[in-house]
Amino acid sequence: MVGNVTDEAERTAASAAARAAGVSVQAGVRATEPEPAAEPGIAVEMRNISLWYGQKQAVGNVSLDVPRNRVTALIGPSGCGKSTLLRCINRMNDLIDGVRIEGEVMIDGANIYAPNTEPSQVRRHVGMVFQKPNPFPKSIYDNVAFGAKINGYTGNMDDLVEESLTKAALWDEVKHELKKSGLALSGGQQQRLCIARAIAVNPEIVLMDEPCSALDPIATQRIEDLMLELANDYTIVVVTHNMQQAARVSHKTAFMLAEDDLVGRLIEFSDTDEIFLNPQDSRTEEYITGRFG
Amino acid sequence: MPREQFQADLDRLQDGLLEMGAMVDRQIERAMAALVERDVALADAVIRDDAEVNRKRFDLDNQVLHLLAQQGPMARDLRVVISVLSMVVDLERMGDHAKGIGAIVQMMSDEPLVKPLVDIPEMATRARSMLNNSLDAFVNGDIEAAYRVGQADDGVDELQDRVYKDLVAIMINDPATVEPCTHLLWVAHNLERIADRTTNIAERVVFAETGEIVEMDLSTY
Repeated sequence: MVGNVTDEAERTAASAAARAAGVSVQAGVRATEPEPAAEPGIAVEMRNISLWYGQKQAVGNVSLDVPRNRVTALIGPSGCGKSTLLRCINRMNDLIDGVRIEGEVMIDGANIYAPNTEPSQVRRHVGMVFQKPNPFPKSIYDNVAFGAKINGYTGNMDDLVEESLTKAALWDEVKHELKKSGLALSGGQQQRLCIARAIAVNPEIVLMDEPCSALDPIATQRIEDLMLELANDYTIVVVTHNMQQAARVSHKTAFMLAEDDLVGRLIEFSDTDEIFLNPQDSRTEEYITGRFG
Repeated sequence: MPREQFQADLDRLQDGLLEMGAMVDRQIERAMAALVERDVALADAVIRDDAEVNRKRFDLDNQVLHLLAQQGPMARDLRVVISVLSMVVDLERMGDHAKGIGAIVQMMSDEPLVKPLVDIPEMATRARSMLNNSLDAFVNGDIEAAYRVGQADDGVDELQDRVYKDLVAIMINDPATVEPCTHLLWVAHNLERIADRTTNIAERVVFAETGEIVEMDLSTY
């Protein structure tokens, strides 16, 4: 036949390119969207969280359900309150003078800000990894075993160290030098050591505050891979300035913004694909497309 | 202004898309002129110039790849860029259909027309209008205009149906006309496909603006 029949295969190039950009083109599909997977349940339920540093309000009335065994990313410009909100999940802000918090953070049905709740008990269930790797000036082994020892762990410590380092994707690199100082490792290895240390106490939730911002791209890639693996066993909440990272590693994304009153508020919270392909709020759109921030 | 380079790249991509649309429109126009005027030399030129359309498509493909790799577009920007990638495929295929009409004109050479050319040029006029309207809708982010393109496709389908019935009747009356009638059926088919492809572009306009993938092509052909 002269002329051409349809050649729909070529159209798949578009969806391939979308995948290359890190975002599923299917995310915007409504008419043909497959049934969503079963909801994983809620690990952290934040209700009307507001926070003040002295007189200055930093977080305004944020309510957010963090899904269990998923990676949830908090994004937003500097000063939007995302790290402050993250630290509300393990009462780290309690360590700062003059901080006042209103609202509830429910973990396993209990409000961690209830008067009879000890912050140290909360932190046993909620581990944290910081921007700059901060291993103790101890051996690799002792870094991992430290928290478990303090908690009175009675199991086999060698097994716990190996298991934690394996989960943190560091075991194969350090298994023959466990007595070496944690500080002698590379930056990326130190960060994975800190992750091993955080998960050695068997938390339910791991908070990560810009965990890759001090790392090179290869070390960043390893941590990103690790985040998704860890989500099988833990609930991960990560603060990141790197939007591509949020798009790559997270299942849900929360966009926060401090507008004229400088109080950080939650603007939009949705599936990550939806946030990066089809955000519903124009402020989210402007931020993630680089129009401001 | 934030992301000046990115915005300039996006503008350049959109300009390139419009240029390609104009090239394809011109190819359809010339292919139809070759048919109406029985101008084989013009048909040859249409066939030859299809390579220019193809080159333009690959140029735009490359621009999209660079934008994705270097600028990491998100949200509406990403949808626009992905839509362009899809639209250039449709435009290139429309160019192929124009080339197909040129090839039919070559085959027809000086064979006499079996019927006056009325509905077939009308199909071409409407298809070209749909092409231009779909690209305008994209540039203007006009979803309603995009849906009107989808609706216009029904008119082209009806015309093709009429052409088909007329030509079948002619063939039944005089089997000697089977070959020239078949040539015109092929022309009508190419024009119907062009119109169909403009609805793909219109669907991409809706996607770029809303993130929703819709299906406008309900053609039975």
